[in-house]
Amino acid sequence: MEPTKKFVSGDEAVAIGVKLAKPHVIAAYPITPQTIVVERLAEMVESGELESEYMYVESEHSALAAVMGASVLGARTFTATSSQGLLYMAEVLHYASGGRVPLVMMNANRSVALPWSIFGDQRDSLSLLDSGWIQVYVEDAQESLDMMLQAYAIAEHPDVLTPVMVNLDGFILTHTYECIEIPTSEQVETFLPKFEFANKMDINEPKNLFFSSSPEHNIGFKYQQHKAIENAKSVIEEIDKKYEAVTTRGYGGLVDAYKCDDADYIIITLGSITGLVRDVVEELRSEGQKVGVLKVRYMRPFPDEEIRAYTKAAKVIGVLEKDISFGYQGTVFTNVSAALRECDVQLINYVAGLGGKNIAREEIVHIYKELNDTENKSKVSAVKSQAVRFVGVEVPKDED
Amino acid sequence: MSRRKVDKTFKISSIKDLPCGTYGKAMQLTETMEGWRNEAPIIDEKTCSLCNWCYLVCPEGVIYQEDKKMKIDYRFCKGCGICAKECRKKCIIMEREEK
Repeated sequence: MEPTKKFVSGDEAVAIGVKLAKPHVIAAYPITPQTIVVERLAEMVESGELESEYMYVESEHSALAAVMGASVLGARTFTATSSQGLLYMAEVLHYASGGRVPLVMMNANRSVALPWSIFGDQRDSLSLLDSGWIQVYVEDAQESLDMMLQAYAIAEHPDVLTPVMVNLDGFILTHTYECIEIPTSEQVETFLPKFEFANKMDINEPKNLFFSSSPEHNIGFKYQQHKAIENAKSVIEEIDKKYEAVTTRGYGGLVDAYKCDDADYIIITLGSITGLVRDVVEELRSEGQKVGVLKVRYMRPFPDEEIRAYTKAAKVIGVLEKDISFGYQGTVFTNVSAALRECDVQLINYVAGLGGKNIAREEIVHIYKELNDTENKSKVSAVKSQAVRFVGVEVPKDED
Repeated sequence: MSRRKVDKTFKISSIKDLPCGTYGKAMQLTETMEGWRNEAPIIDEKTCSLCNWCYLVCPEGVIYQEDKKMKIDYRFCKGCGICAKECRKKCIIMEREEK
């Protein structure tokens, strides 16, 4: 059998990817812009196309708790959420990662209230960076499908056993239609074997699940969690290579670099905005400018070594993100800065696209121009350039 | 009824002894709870009619019948006093324990 092609939205691509992984239990609460994922899965279960237990729950907190319970009975599970729903799950996120439950969840990146907004930015998932989950951010519908399958392989890997959150930019990716290639069930079986959870609850071998721990040993469990996510770095690359061998599609692991090797000016991105930045890079390269774009695919584990390696030649780096940690910087910027703390390079933080504000091609061109100008300025103004810049916000002169 | 044994040999010497995640054998008891107690329930065997109500209401499951007597596994009794409060014949008293 040959892989088939289909014209689908990012949400539908996620649902197809999940179907191929054959989860035993799905529990989710609908929220824009994730809704289509769980609608499609519910239809598949209803029609018999997917043999799975679909649980209707009263909240996101219950959805995550339900799949966590099913998972320790040995089931492969799925849940999906967005924004306020993800925040409502926050308590259970820590439970799942601390319990080393290999869950897979899709999150549609959406702004968080107030002001109320259903549109996209990445403040929801980035505010939960410390919850012990692996976080991957995808760029297009094909990657959305492919990463659902890779996410199960990563989460269930014995050296990792950590839940994985697959993030899609709300609307820009979840609701945009693209032609995707769907792997055959034979390909999926080769790539993703049936999962046996070593710690699964068994009536013949009863267990004490999700216990408490004394202060003496609690930190030991946390150390193990940290090591597991560090182990995930090599596992992610290994799994991506295996996926490429089976489907011919690979994503390069923790980062995706485009024309960074000799670039003087690099923009670091997260998620679907990368496509536009890559187009601008091509345009500026044709004019002879040495520019590049480095897409961070995983925020946890964080690709510090990869960022250092790909930005060796860079003079000025702009970090473009749909996030702000109020009173400091964007979280991606803080992480990138830490990775580059001993490197001789200037960094500027560009906060853009909050609450779904469009990021225009001209704004990307302007950022590359600013990176160029920054290098030529004196040290004093370079220090000033460290400040966070809000893209597309008219700031009065006396406030700048 | 068989009472649970405490595994005194259980020891975590290094991180390698910890499980991967919070999973352990069921009923693996490594310590006793008598230190939680200020008062201990004492059953008056003469008045007790073996109704087993205390067995049913004990939240810790430490009261049991053996040889036509109600007994208490004092290793795990936390001294909550529910049995004494609930006993219809008032044959359980709470007695102050000196540490």
